[in-house]
Amino acid sequence: MSKHTLSVLVENKPGVLARIAALFSRRGFNIDSLAVGPTEHPAVSRMTVVVHVEDQPLEQVTKQLNKLVNVLKIVELDSSQSVQRELLLLKVRTDNETRPHVLQTVELFRAKVVDVAADAVTIEATGSSDKLDALLKVLEPYGIRELVQSGVVAVGRGPRSITDRALRPVDRVA
Amino acid sequence: MPQGESTRDDGTTMSGAASLIRSLEAVGVDTVFGIPGGAILPAYDPMFDSQQIRHILVRHEQGAGHAAEGYALATGKVGVCMATSGPGATNLVTPIADAHMDSVPMVAVTGQVASGAIGTDAFQEADIRGITMPITKHNFLVTDPAEIPRTIAEAFHIAATGRPGPVLVDVAKDTMQATTTFRWPVELDLPGYRPVTRPHAKQVREAARLMASAKRPVLYVGGGVLRARAWDELRRLAELGGFPVVTTLTARGAFPDSHRQHLGMPGMHGSVAAVTALQKADLIVALGARFDDRVTGKLSSFAPGATVVHADIDPAEISKNRTADVPIVGDCKEVLGDLVPAVEAEFAAGTRADLTGWWRQLDQWRENFPLGYTPSEGGELAPQYVIERLGRLVGSDAVYVAGVGQHQMWASQFISYERPGTWLNSGGLGTMGFAVPAAMGAKAGRPDTTVWAIDGDGCFQMTNQELATCAIEGIPIKVAVINNESLGMVRQWQTLFYEGRYSNTDLDSRRIPDFAKLSEAYGCVGLRCDTAEDVDRTIEKAMAVDDRPVVVDFGVHRDAMVWPMVAAGTSNDEIQIARGMAPEWDRSDD
Repeated sequence: MSKHTLSVLVENKPGVLARIAALFSRRGFNIDSLAVGPTEHPAVSRMTVVVHVEDQPLEQVTKQLNKLVNVLKIVELDSSQSVQRELLLLKVRTDNETRPHVLQTVELFRAKVVDVAADAVTIEATGSSDKLDALLKVLEPYGIRELVQSGVVAVGRGPRSITDRALRPVDRVA
Repeated sequence: MPQGESTRDDGTTMSGAASLIRSLEAVGVDTVFGIPGGAILPAYDPMFDSQQIRHILVRHEQGAGHAAEGYALATGKVGVCMATSGPGATNLVTPIADAHMDSVPMVAVTGQVASGAIGTDAFQEADIRGITMPITKHNFLVTDPAEIPRTIAEAFHIAATGRPGPVLVDVAKDTMQATTTFRWPVELDLPGYRPVTRPHAKQVREAARLMASAKRPVLYVGGGVLRARAWDELRRLAELGGFPVVTTLTARGAFPDSHRQHLGMPGMHGSVAAVTALQKADLIVALGARFDDRVTGKLSSFAPGATVVHADIDPAEISKNRTADVPIVGDCKEVLGDLVPAVEAEFAAGTRADLTGWWRQLDQWRENFPLGYTPSEGGELAPQYVIERLGRLVGSDAVYVAGVGQHQMWASQFISYERPGTWLNSGGLGTMGFAVPAAMGAKAGRPDTTVWAIDGDGCFQMTNQELATCAIEGIPIKVAVINNESLGMVRQWQTLFYEGRYSNTDLDSRRIPDFAKLSEAYGCVGLRCDTAEDVDRTIEKAMAVDDRPVVVDFGVHRDAMVWPMVAAGTSNDEIQIARGMAPEWDRSDD
């Protein structure tokens, strides 16, 4: 099994997220993470889906996804040819003794402290999954009280956009 | 879609419901099968005045759905069914799933509770769009009356083009009651829907090269050839190269059964020649077929020596089950149309394998293992005999519609299908109860054609209330109930795989209900036949009735089994021609 990151451009219409999530589940695929949000074009949303599958079933699920009427385009983003980021918010237990160590770690990872309480700090970090895993590993011994993570969002490297071609108008009349 | 000046409208003020009916008229709808109810009521008011649309009031929404399928399969047009919200809509789920599996073009229009009430568990509320997401090609929920014409146009476009399928349009009640402006024509807004119909020339050439040089080729023809209306092109290609042809359960009629090159149906209950030809082939050309498990048997042992050319309009079917060596995405009519000159060019260039040896082999299998049956020990009526006689007496111009089970397999095996659109059944989903309402839909769409439903006594009891619809609406279908007083196919499996422990398969349906009396009560002619001597006479009697539906209850021998058979999950090499009897292959078959 290998990890694949799919960028799926979809029409910004009600029910699209349900269609895509349901398709993965009924074809027997587990989604590792899914992030969805608007794009530079108001009529288009972009989903980033991370799945663990073999190449052949991936091709099948991509074809099935392409059949959804609201799906405009699917691009698999190779990790070496794309920038992939996720966001992590976590509360770490601190006291006067451990706080400096925690803050030092935050700095090392170029993360940010976004909230401070007497016995905890809340940290915001962005980066690749590997970087965030490493950060978590270092902070774990202090005691993680709460953790929330976004799905991966990804964009291909270089000047080209995957949205251009997908948005060409199609002239058709009933 | 018919689209004359008469449908043009530059803007007329009307209700959303009137706009819905005008839109259905504008896309060419002439028949709607449905039942009204609270949420869809607004649509029924303007439909009452429609000069174009005939609404056929069914007795159960499942009947409306299968009737729409039957109409679509018999006419090639999009079938339309209509139901109210909640239970009305959920009763359409089975036929929608059926149409999805067999790629039947259908549009289901359902009423939904008022938009403000959606999500409140209102009376008769069901999220039918959510429920039907996995079993429709696409679906819509309309809450803006201005969107009605375009949504209907899009629904029909999606249902009929590419790989056809069911589309559901759910319209909120207040959307139909609101005032709107109807305009036609409308522009479709489907940026993500672009079915590929033109095959890639390079792939076609490669396929032709393989076809010209293969020593043991077989054309594996699926329902896609019928959907693409590509039967003429298929025949041209088959005759051009002298290629053997097999037609799957959903493709029966795409190639004449009487044609010398036709080996019959492949699959679990296929002919020995068809099943074995695929197993031993060195080239399989799959046309609008999907390597279903009922065709391939155990997939890993299916046609081990074959190179596969797979042409389908749905790219997701290609290499889904069996990896294709030459994938061709395209409409079968175009693919076959392009393959003919491409194979001709190969022949002209001097490449042409000699198929004499292959045909000698195929003919031997055909001759040694023809379809057949043995009479019952007690002399009871054989179901196969009834179906065989029916096919002979009624002929190949009629439309035959089957339910699901033993009778379906026998109807596929023992009737000769010579023309496209003369064999309708539920293939992929295997929906018992399909026959009567689908026959009704077929007859409504082709009133001048004789339509026979061949049904089992189990199936018949699932949907026979549509006989009332047929009788009242003047849709004189004919029904042959092959009554073995049991859920025959399940019973067959109990005989073969459960030591004859007949758990809950006995229906006792020679006693209750009396089908002849039941049919009379429904305003039909009810006949009964229990002996071989009476079969022809009874069929002729049924054929003489043309003002009412006719139901014939054929009491048949319950231990009759469908043969040949490839048991589920086993290899096609293990085909049995009768219980415990594998074909004795001759020496030349290695």
